[in-house]
Amino acid sequence: MVRVLLDEKAIDRSITRITHEILEKNQGSKDLSLVGIRTRGIFLAHRISEKIRKIEGRVLPVGVLDITMYRDDIARQKATLQVKKTDIPFDVNDKTLVLVDDVLYTGRTTRAAIDAIMDLGRPRKIQLAVLIDRGSRELPIQPDYTGFSCGAATEEQVSVRLREMDGTDEVLLSKSL
Amino acid sequence: MNWSRKDLLGIRDLSREDILLLLDTADSFREVSRRDIKKVPTLRGKTVIMLFYEPSTRTRVSFEIAAKRLSADTVAISAATSSAVKGETLKDTARNIESMRPDAVVIRHSMAGAPHMLSGILDSAVVNAGDGAHEHPTQALLDLFTMREKKETLDGLRIAIIGDIAHSRVARSNIFALSKFDTEVTCCAPPTMLPPGLESLGVKVAYRIEEAVAGKDVIMMLRIQKERGGASFIPSLREYASFYCLREAHLEKAQKDVIIMHPGPINRGVEISDRVADGPYSVILNQVENGVAVRMAVLYLSIGGEG
Repeated sequence: MVRVLLDEKAIDRSITRITHEILEKNQGSKDLSLVGIRTRGIFLAHRISEKIRKIEGRVLPVGVLDITMYRDDIARQKATLQVKKTDIPFDVNDKTLVLVDDVLYTGRTTRAAIDAIMDLGRPRKIQLAVLIDRGSRELPIQPDYTGFSCGAATEEQVSVRLREMDGTDEVLLSKSL
Repeated sequence: MNWSRKDLLGIRDLSREDILLLLDTADSFREVSRRDIKKVPTLRGKTVIMLFYEPSTRTRVSFEIAAKRLSADTVAISAATSSAVKGETLKDTARNIESMRPDAVVIRHSMAGAPHMLSGILDSAVVNAGDGAHEHPTQALLDLFTMREKKETLDGLRIAIIGDIAHSRVARSNIFALSKFDTEVTCCAPPTMLPPGLESLGVKVAYRIEEAVAGKDVIMMLRIQKERGGASFIPSLREYASFYCLREAHLEKAQKDVIIMHPGPINRGVEISDRVADGPYSVILNQVENGVAVRMAVLYLSIGGEG
């Protein structure tokens, strides 16, 4: 059983709204940088950056964060997870960083991302933007910007598909049998 | 692509995909060494023991830094300061060490096959840091990493390996590694330093350095392995140097963007001239930097998971 939570238009509207909220909360885009969490967070971060460029005429730096080195379950993996590249091409000190991810679930990825960023310096603020918040947190973490909230059950799967890597924009909720 | 090996004993039994996974992983870890705070929590709680039964500066420091930057705990033991001088066998030393529950044992030994022997008796991951004239897998990996970094791809490269091929584990591991890619490798040395059957590994052989370097993208120079009796295969170091020391004039025959590599330690004026070693084509110090990233990758893939 598969249900479409967000289609292409809804995803775009969500990203537009998140972009405006980011600008509103931070009173513009000065000293603001975006960090996309691998893999789909990167594409969302670039989309937000593009929208900010259209609104504010400023191109924000976009960093790429791979959180594998910081995962809390690394020693419990049967086969070692592949570590991909982190590329934060700007100084994070005293910046406001917006972490961008596709799905917020247990909060463990966000915890790893915060630790990873803190090892690179001392940002003034770290905020969190997610396209989907599916609930069921295991850590005390809340997003600052949310595209769509749904309380998905453990046996349900939320999959975000983005045209940059999946060829299409949609968010699906499916129940594994 | 997954890594499911317990040990890294040599390059020979790795696949091209294994090597690429190691290089890509090293590429991801390299950034850690360029940070202000050079540490990630990836191997927290893991213990790496380094048994160095042969002298080493680079490899030992490199492994130790790699482990520490991944938050593993390290203990380095050298033969001279261990119970080996009291007559304990390698097997007994290893078994005793294993009782302290390390996750990985990195070993350098003058006997070929020492890491393989340990691999059979230890549950911990065994990493070969050089065994006799047999293999030095992490050196070959960092050499390939450096070649790929400078030349973007390994396929299509023409490489000359010049020096004491017969006694060189670096040459062997590099030949094994490069033969898994579409490369052309030429080994060059006096005939006494070229092991019989070298061509069966798929490499070309040259006796004159001028011939060996012609048209090459990469020139890898090797030291004479005096500790393995290398010096007795030539009349004198001076005569060897007059024929096989890489000088600036030789580079004119190579590709314009040739890179000069050397695993170190270098013997200036014997196999490489000062001007080449310190010149613009030399990537010798890049190799050393990349060594840390490659060893981080090896340790992570070996002991990062549940095991």
